[in-house]
Amino acid sequence: MRYERPTTLKAAAQMLAKEKGQAFILAGGTDLLVRLRTGFIEPDLIVDIKGINGSKAIQKTATGFKIGAAVSGAELGEHAALKKAWPGVVEAANLIGSKQVQGRCTMSGNLCNASPAADSVPALVAAAAKAVIVGPKGKRTVAVEEIPVGPGKTSLKKGEIIESIVLPKRPPKSGDAYLRFIPRTEMDIAVVGVGVNVTLDGKGIVTKARVALGAVAPTVRLVPAAAKALIGTKMDKAALDAMAAACSAACSPIDDKRGTRDFRIKVAGVLARRAALIARKRAGGK
Amino acid sequence: MPLDNAPDSKRKYNVVGTRPLRPDGIDKVTGRAKFGADATAPGQLVGRILRSPHAHAKIRSIDTSKAEKLAGVKAVITRDDFPDHTDGDSGLYDTMYNIMAREKALYEGHAVAAVAATTPAIARQALKLIKVDYEVLPHVTDVDDAMKSNAPVLNNKMFTDGVDPKPKKASNVARRFEFGHGDVEAGFKRADIIVERSFKTEATHQGYIEPHAALASMSPDGSAELWCCTQGHYMVRDVCARILGIDISRLRVTQSEIGGGFGGKTTVFIEPVALALSRKANRPVKVVMTRDEVFKATGPTSATSMDIKIGVTKDGLITAADGTFRYTGGPFAGCSPAEFGAMSAFAQFHLDNVRAIGYDVLCNRPKTISYRAPGAPMANFAVESVIEELAHKLGMAPIDFRIKNAAREGTRSSYGPVYGQIGLGATLEAAKNHPHFKAPLGPNQGRGMAAGFWFNFGGQSCVSLNIPIDGTITVSVGSPDIGGSRASMCMMVAEELGIGYDQVRAIIADTSSLGHNDVTDGSRTTFATGMACILAARDAIKKLCARAAATWGIPEDAVTWEKGYAKPAGANAGNFQPLSLKEIAAASPGTGGPIAGHHEYSADGAGVSFATHICDIEIDQETGASKIVRYTVIQDAGKAVHPSYVEGQFQGGAVQGIGWALNEEYIYGKDGRLQNAGFLDYRIPVCSDLPMIDTMILEIPNPGHPYGVRGVGETSIVPPLAAIANAVAAATGVRFTQLPMSPPRILKGIEDAKASGAKKAA
Repeated sequence: MRYERPTTLKAAAQMLAKEKGQAFILAGGTDLLVRLRTGFIEPDLIVDIKGINGSKAIQKTATGFKIGAAVSGAELGEHAALKKAWPGVVEAANLIGSKQVQGRCTMSGNLCNASPAADSVPALVAAAAKAVIVGPKGKRTVAVEEIPVGPGKTSLKKGEIIESIVLPKRPPKSGDAYLRFIPRTEMDIAVVGVGVNVTLDGKGIVTKARVALGAVAPTVRLVPAAAKALIGTKMDKAALDAMAAACSAACSPIDDKRGTRDFRIKVAGVLARRAALIARKRAGGK
Repeated sequence: MPLDNAPDSKRKYNVVGTRPLRPDGIDKVTGRAKFGADATAPGQLVGRILRSPHAHAKIRSIDTSKAEKLAGVKAVITRDDFPDHTDGDSGLYDTMYNIMAREKALYEGHAVAAVAATTPAIARQALKLIKVDYEVLPHVTDVDDAMKSNAPVLNNKMFTDGVDPKPKKASNVARRFEFGHGDVEAGFKRADIIVERSFKTEATHQGYIEPHAALASMSPDGSAELWCCTQGHYMVRDVCARILGIDISRLRVTQSEIGGGFGGKTTVFIEPVALALSRKANRPVKVVMTRDEVFKATGPTSATSMDIKIGVTKDGLITAADGTFRYTGGPFAGCSPAEFGAMSAFAQFHLDNVRAIGYDVLCNRPKTISYRAPGAPMANFAVESVIEELAHKLGMAPIDFRIKNAAREGTRSSYGPVYGQIGLGATLEAAKNHPHFKAPLGPNQGRGMAAGFWFNFGGQSCVSLNIPIDGTITVSVGSPDIGGSRASMCMMVAEELGIGYDQVRAIIADTSSLGHNDVTDGSRTTFATGMACILAARDAIKKLCARAAATWGIPEDAVTWEKGYAKPAGANAGNFQPLSLKEIAAASPGTGGPIAGHHEYSADGAGVSFATHICDIEIDQETGASKIVRYTVIQDAGKAVHPSYVEGQFQGGAVQGIGWALNEEYIYGKDGRLQNAGFLDYRIPVCSDLPMIDTMILEIPNPGHPYGVRGVGETSIVPPLAAIANAVAAATGVRFTQLPMSPPRILKGIEDAKASGAKKAA
């Protein structure tokens, strides 16, 4: 097994593209190192991207925020401006693992690990975040929901690396929230996760909404019907009921060791309702 | 016990009952303490074990030739390297079968081969080169399924014991137990109200943080050394020597610091394997389990299925209690704690008519081993749930119903013996008067309680106490310290000698340095080894007094020991300046040589123990999520030697019970494989899940111990399952009869109750 720590994205992409054996990207390593230790994977090459210029930076740009692929959960949590603009995204990322894991784990890694239960992903999808990808053929930008294609599988091609995640600029009166269900209070994996992102008008009516669900399908699911149920309303009981029903309807979960199908369907609606109310409050609504 | 051991109620203690710093604290928080995996030896190899992927399979053949040829592989072993030396001892044979499969692999994770290699990577590769030819057989993991007449039978030579006449057809039921007295049927006829319910609980693991680890070194001359983490290194020595066919005295076992055991480290798993690898490779071999291996191939406790029937009169007197307790034991007979479950189930009640029937049942799960009060928590869950329901039906406060029917001094217990002085009534009264019991509850909160029992145990201990020339003390004990016993041993020795705690240090001696000591289990160590320490100190005092007598030229019986000094017993003994421990020790080279005290015995008189727990829980009615908001443990400790450790035992048992009640479970797939062999999906509580567990120590002296000490380590895990189930019932209006009460199960219970309530209304 070889370990490389390139300083440019181009070099990293080349190393990955050239490798004939099993190659893995190391950012925080909170998933990769666990798999390595348990013998689940036997890599030929590990490319550490923490030495790449800009990979550890959070930049506020004219169009929003650009978050380097190696920025840790703890760093996100300490960035006041980001937290103010996207509290739901930051709280989702900060739920991953434990305090120690937070010092290492990254949102890009959480996305590329492609677990349907990844905490930061529903919040990123609700936020309409985009991933900037660098590969042997250059740069491309895609919606984050297009990265995972199934449990453990991504749409990234050989040699491609996520350079950064971009969060759009917020219109005024916007708010987002993420809630997950776990049987414990921490150190656990979502049985259901819900990200809600809303924008209100001056009268408190929802003008824009995005709702995304985690752990209820093979990939994180954007639920346009749930968003539609909120748009044009003040999130009254009927709107929330309709949104919760749309969320439950969008679930196609499995029975597994973490929860039953029925449980996930029911709790998806319950959490969506609670998350929507938090998002509304953060957007300045009542 | 000799009469002079009875506790002196007027005795004033100087050290016992105080809270000195723990002797192992600094080493543990700085990382200096040596745990099982920290042992190293020159030239050591890495040992790894190949395990069965099947729940039940015949092993047709094992081809190790390719693995043996791999460079860096120094030994490969299989069943062929364990010739049968067990000489008809079926328990020992089963232990050997468990550490290395023979004709069949009996559960997923059952060891089938092992390698010793120069590096972990080579060892891993070697395992892949071993070819095992399996014939997969039908399997069974559920206890009720395993008892069905068409179940796959694990052992076709097993015919149920305890049934007359003995069955002629082999089955998975290893044994039937029955306890009780009176006429149960007649009792039920006198009852005005009868509640009958069935319960199920899933297997749980002790969840110790330290995985099993062993370093073995066997020389060509046949002598061997073993370093490992265990609750009983003498047991490890005896069992390993007998499996390997060597003299017991040739094997020296040193116990490491232990990162939790809770009963799970009271047998051997990797130790004989490491020794056999070392014997074959002629090099030291270290084997350390992964967490996955710990879950799949050590000894969780039983999954159970239970039926309870209890009848009462209108004024709240129990007329009869009947229970059936079916416990999984894994693939071998005599491993489930069904017997203890049946014995303990009704032990907290004064009953005229009681019957408890236990079944020890084989299935394709890992071999069951002790887990803190083995067998009692599940039985208590079932019985105390029915008790609560009966109290509600009677319109009586559950606490008053329990007090009315509580076992007391003179009660004939449900398992036979008549109780002496016991603390159950005191814990119930203390609960009733506790501020927790009267505190208001918030919305969606419910309060539950339960009382529980554990036997406690005495057993064999051997202690040596050495006094070097500066008069400080070293106590050598052979009981591994799993819950603070070193501090307690030092305190009791200091108390007897009349010196300070700081003057005494305790070590855990290796098996060649001291006589036999039983495993640290049954809450026995502070009681039994502690009493041996007291008696060893008294032995030393006698010798110290003899030295003083010789110095003064007076008879030995004219000298007494007081507060660390030898003194003439009275005015007529002569007028001599008292001699301190320090002075006698300093003079010892010239007055007869080293001074030491010893005691070796098998202790009787371990007093039974009772506890009452109170729990408040809050339920999210929309998700089934639960949160323990307040929890109180009230338990009789006899005499708390080091109250902080006693409180820690109370809290630790409660927390393990909370995990068992709410989220911990072995989850098997249809293929008989364990689906959650890790701490991510086997959910023990984390700190933020818990409130500070409140404790109250009661001291009703045990007549069998000079200070009145009772074991405290196990009772605390008995009541939580029922206390929490009763609290959940109060918070939701739904009675849950299956554990764990995980959020999906609670939510389904709430939804089903709503649906049936809606139907009733319609």
